[in-house]
Amino acid sequence: MGNGPSQLLYLPPQEHDGRRATLVDGAADERAARRNLREQIVRLERQLADAFVTAFPMGGLPQRSTAVCAEPRLLDLGELEIVRDELSQRLHEARTMISRCADEQQEKRLLLERMLLEPGRYRFARISCEDLGEPGCGAWQVRPRLGLVGMLMGWWQVKLSSGCPLAGGRRPFSGPARS
Amino acid sequence: MTGEATGRPLPSDPGFVSSDVAAEFPGLRLDWMTVAAPPGRLRSSPPAVVERLGYLANRYRGASVVAMRTKPIPHAYRAFYRQIGLDPDVERIPAERVAVERLLHGGFASVDLITDACLVALLETGVPIWALDAGAVDEKGLGIRTTTRGDAGWQPGSEYLEPGALAVVDGSTVHGLLFADPGSAGAVRPRTTRVALFSVAVAGVPAIHVDESLWICADLIRRGDSGE
Repeated sequence: MGNGPSQLLYLPPQEHDGRRATLVDGAADERAARRNLREQIVRLERQLADAFVTAFPMGGLPQRSTAVCAEPRLLDLGELEIVRDELSQRLHEARTMISRCADEQQEKRLLLERMLLEPGRYRFARISCEDLGEPGCGAWQVRPRLGLVGMLMGWWQVKLSSGCPLAGGRRPFSGPARS
Repeated sequence: MTGEATGRPLPSDPGFVSSDVAAEFPGLRLDWMTVAAPPGRLRSSPPAVVERLGYLANRYRGASVVAMRTKPIPHAYRAFYRQIGLDPDVERIPAERVAVERLLHGGFASVDLITDACLVALLETGVPIWALDAGAVDEKGLGIRTTTRGDAGWQPGSEYLEPGALAVVDGSTVHGLLFADPGSAGAVRPRTTRVALFSVAVAGVPAIHVDESLWICADLIRRGDSGE
């Protein structure tokens, strides 16, 4: 038996009122569920925005479209659940990536500290600033003092290169200017 | 409008939001106002507006654009985009769209007075403004509703719209989809004498920002129109 309003017209008055109350309750419940899902979407969007900003210096988050339709619409319960689940999945992936990058950077920082304490044990080891999560294109490297003499004498030191002045390299030559 | 004569901010009218949409999005609102347009042609912006665009362009840096989505107003629009099925990383919210264009092109190019006024209002407040020919808006005024079967497309000669889309409408005409540029049927033309400015705000966008955005836009058009 359908739940459409046309069937309600043939029910006895008491049953009719009860069925309508059930329908109203059902519609109200569904609206409340949609409102709840929208609140979850707002929270997830906020957390994803924070994750995006955090992950940006680490190379950024992978872009993936989560649009469920091409034009703005009132989404039903199922569509809102899809949006919520995809946001949740993206947030989980973002946090996993951030956590992995943070662990790698922490390992590199520990290695740098060991290099500074005992440079002789880490000959020619090299850690870039990018690996440490720092800006710039410099690099920490264990090098011998005085070149070959230092290598023979075991005089090792950690040096921070200043990086290159043009991080992206020189602009390719575009030919002579047109008159 | 008395404000035009006195130079005070012009009063805006709250547009209607259909009951089904308002029930789902209690914070969704459309405000609109009309303002006299420069007569005869779409005149270029006065130097002060072009200078202001340049000044506003200097506010943008890469880091601030990256962090923009964590600010309250862009966040509110981004969350709303998700709630209506759009992906704000693909279909960017207006504030982010102009910020990305600024980073790509190095500045804001002046188009005409009305376009520039809408852009300045968006840059100052984060609340987008769109302009329509006020003559194309009927007496019911502007509002938001879902399209129904039989609604004609807003481009001349276009086909019927898919029902269920959120759109900016008046009593009889669909002027465009929500957050999209209005169609050519109601577009501002050289013969336009009055411009209808409207903004769409969502939950989380303070009303004062909406009012300020409309006032900035109307004020720039009024000043540009009088040659100030």
